[in-house]
Amino acid sequence: MTSNLLISFKLNGNEVQVDSAPDRRVIDLLREDLGLTGTKESCGRGDCGACSILIDGDQRLSCLMLAVQLEGREMITIEGFSLQEDRLSNVQQKFIELGAAQCGFCTPGMVISATALLRVNPEPSRSEVRQAISGNLCRCGAYQKILDAIEAASKEKTKL
Amino acid sequence: MTDIFLPSDLDELWRLLNIKPEAALYAGGTDLLVKRRSGLIDPPSLVCLERIQELKGVKECGDEVFVGALTTHSELLSHRVIRKHFPVLIQAIAVLGSPPVRNMGTIGGNIVTASPAGDTLAPLYVLDAQMEIRSLSSSRRVPISAFILGPGQIDLGQGEILAGVWIKRHQGFRLQHYEKVGRRNALACSVVSMAAIMRVSSDNRIYEIRLAWGSVGPTVMRFPEVERLLEGKPLTVDGLNDVIELVHAGIKPIDDIRATASYRREVAGRLLHRLINYST
Repeated sequence: MTSNLLISFKLNGNEVQVDSAPDRRVIDLLREDLGLTGTKESCGRGDCGACSILIDGDQRLSCLMLAVQLEGREMITIEGFSLQEDRLSNVQQKFIELGAAQCGFCTPGMVISATALLRVNPEPSRSEVRQAISGNLCRCGAYQKILDAIEAASKEKTKL
Repeated sequence: MTDIFLPSDLDELWRLLNIKPEAALYAGGTDLLVKRRSGLIDPPSLVCLERIQELKGVKECGDEVFVGALTTHSELLSHRVIRKHFPVLIQAIAVLGSPPVRNMGTIGGNIVTASPAGDTLAPLYVLDAQMEIRSLSSSRRVPISAFILGPGQIDLGQGEILAGVWIKRHQGFRLQHYEKVGRRNALACSVVSMAAIMRVSSDNRIYEIRLAWGSVGPTVMRFPEVERLLEGKPLTVDGLNDVIELVHAGIKPIDDIRATASYRREVAGRLLHRLINYST
């Protein structure tokens, strides 16, 4: 019988140690064990992007990662975007200003995708933005406003 | 709770495979963890390969390129050597899954999953890619068409892993093409796909052509007789039409939730017509 494991990683800027079953999905670890419910689960099979997180700066899906894989990594969740100085990131601010969230369930994943894009491509074309969020489903169909918000964020001096 | 291991190098992996021969291996987890959660498989232990540096990255060795099995699709997509020599592979990876799936999924994973719809497979078939199979004590090479035996079935013995892929660098196919027809653009499992690489002369004759279709049979399918028939012919609609019947006769599409067999048959032939865009 396997027992729990102490897993050490960086979470939103802080070193943490978590006592977890090694095969626990990262999405469950976040939402149920750590109380970080900003990351959403929708399809649970990599098709919707709602559970997106950043691992060492790259966008990944927390429903398709197991807890043990976090060892030594740096994870940023949507909560990590607003910790500094208690203010929202520019991308988040543009989502609010341009009404890019309807029900809001896909929003954290969309913000992660947009942020991952703007980090490597600060001035994306509309089609590059479409590509970047092609792994995120918005069942309200707010895609146009989401694209507008990401484009608006890319036009600011402080993009992220 | 399942035992799960995270080996940091090949030595550790060989030790694990020895004591846990029944373990399921995964890299990105984009296929295996989905199957596990849906109850299709229930392996007693899991080995996550993501930390094994030895099987990551692209190396140029003489007139061949070695792609480590654990190289992610995103890494390949931005890799200078792959972009330069194997545009057909780049075109396929660009429409595989979605950005986060490409960040996690690996080329080795796509191959061993052995889905007839696997996007990297048809390009690897036309490029005559060879699979490097390694175990603790041995190493062998197999062409991809011999490695993949059927849906989800591969020629991998106990204690063996797919270490990577060898592709000849200068094959001389300037025109390279991949197209996938799916139900939507992103995150779509292909309904039919086709990879083509060819050499066309300045008077628009096909010198040499290799074609492979995905999602129209138990494995990706190539038809040497179709390729031979096209060679020497002009690259025209009429010329391509001459072989469509042979393609229809060769493929073995099925009805499934994505499309009917007859639709797949129709599309498999029509995808050939796209090659007209490359006529001179």
